[in-house]
Amino acid sequence: MTANATQRPAIKKPSLGPTPKQLAALKAVVFVLALLPFARIVWLTVRQVPVDPVEFVTHGTGDWALYLLCATLAITPLRRFTGWNWLIRLRRMLGLYTFFYGLMHFLTFLWADHRFDFGAMWKDVIKRPFITVGFIAFVLLLPLAATSTNAMIKRLGRRWAQLHRLIYLIAPLAILHYWWMKAGKHNFEQPIVWGLVVAMLLGLRVYWSWNRMRSPVPSRSVGS
Amino acid sequence: MLIKRNPNGIDLPFPSEITPREVYEGRRKFIAQIAATAAVGSSLWELANREAFAQGAPAAKLAATRNAAFSTTEKQTSFEDATHYNNYYEFGTDKSDPAQNAHTLRTRPWTVQIDGEVKKPLTLDIDHLTRLAPLEERLYRLRCVEGWSMVIPWVGYSLANLIRQVEPNGNAKYVEFTTLADKRQMPGVGSRVLEWPYVEGLRMDEAMHPLTLLTVGMYGQVLPNQNGAPVRVIVPWKYGFKSAKSIVRIRFVRDQPRTAWNTVAPEEYGFYSNVNPNVDHPRWSQASERRIGEGGFFAPKRKTLMFNGYDQVASLYSGMDLKKFF
Repeated sequence: MTANATQRPAIKKPSLGPTPKQLAALKAVVFVLALLPFARIVWLTVRQVPVDPVEFVTHGTGDWALYLLCATLAITPLRRFTGWNWLIRLRRMLGLYTFFYGLMHFLTFLWADHRFDFGAMWKDVIKRPFITVGFIAFVLLLPLAATSTNAMIKRLGRRWAQLHRLIYLIAPLAILHYWWMKAGKHNFEQPIVWGLVVAMLLGLRVYWSWNRMRSPVPSRSVGS
Repeated sequence: MLIKRNPNGIDLPFPSEITPREVYEGRRKFIAQIAATAAVGSSLWELANREAFAQGAPAAKLAATRNAAFSTTEKQTSFEDATHYNNYYEFGTDKSDPAQNAHTLRTRPWTVQIDGEVKKPLTLDIDHLTRLAPLEERLYRLRCVEGWSMVIPWVGYSLANLIRQVEPNGNAKYVEFTTLADKRQMPGVGSRVLEWPYVEGLRMDEAMHPLTLLTVGMYGQVLPNQNGAPVRVIVPWKYGFKSAKSIVRIRFVRDQPRTAWNTVAPEEYGFYSNVNPNVDHPRWSQASERRIGEGGFFAPKRKTLMFNGYDQVASLYSGMDLKKFF
């Protein structure tokens, strides 16, 4: 790692990146791509293809919340490794999609499992550790989604970056939720794979901040 | 003869080697057309010799008399759902895996070893086992520990018929069922999810209860591979995983068998695992269930019944704390 990489955001080489027009097109493509899994879930469920629709929707929305969470967390490492700084322009959308799939996952639980009976839902949340951690992860996503507008970013300033570091807590909680859920069937293959992905994405941050602390070069931290 | 053979005495292809559904259904149509041409016998014989046909042959019919006393009047689950939504980890952990992968299971020849604490140990081939007692059809509720349920017409006879044949001695307190574990036929064997072979067990009085069905068929035909061919047990008042599939050994033992799910997660899957709405699984409530095929995403759940509605077994557990012995 060069001294260069200890700065944030570090850039290997200057990159002009896409033009505003290209970026808008790229955003539109990502928007549609990230919506496709949801469209597929709805389409198949409406056509009554899945034998157990509740399980299908629950698992599908949960899986995609996790995938998009990882995609969101992958933006910063990708920027640093490739120098494609413009990737940051896609991050908010990916983060909001993470929230969207998390919300759908939660609503499926609330609707299909509890028929919108909040009391029964709450009992479930406090009784079962895997639901407790999933629920905490979801609740922690709420302030992040709520402060995702330009106005909020401006208003919160430095505190915005601090607040959004909650994602470093949310990601392990999501993995724990997945792990404990799969523990019921003693089937850890997927939780291990995604646990490693999250560990790697967070591990990079730890490594960078450790490097930064040791480095004599003053850092220009702009958050993650 | 209960398993139909063609006139030359050669076994029809393995009935449940089901290829993708479209292919299967397309072929059925094709067969129907051929049948319509009146050249039925010779055409079918020709087809039977073709590999392609062997993959999608309609399953052999099993003649059985409906046992109304032991059958629910609820609407039965579609054959399609009952054969494409299965927990059978020897063929993969997704519930769609068994239907896709189980075609590699060879169900003939097949023998079942019956031994342990018995006076007359026996090794029976599947055809003898099938003929041991008159076949009955029973429409049973099936409640999976995961919180869903089906209604399935099984074909078989009370396991008690077989147990009487081997004459268990006084030491026989439990019955242990062992499922085949052959990596070449079962791609999921070797995964670390469970210890193989899959072992399940019942207390002697549970095994002797007339509801406990030694099962060789469903929906009027021999068991599809993904449903536990060629022989399994069905214990309708317990969660589905208690009903061992593709059985190769039935052993009578003194001590409570080390059963598969109970071994890997004893706090989640008790040895008894009677359907019980009052004892939650640690990860979800067992108070209600989703009936497969009933109304889709918006359908309200059904209340789960004690002993899955089979109250006649309650006396087996009188005086037992079912919260402790869950």
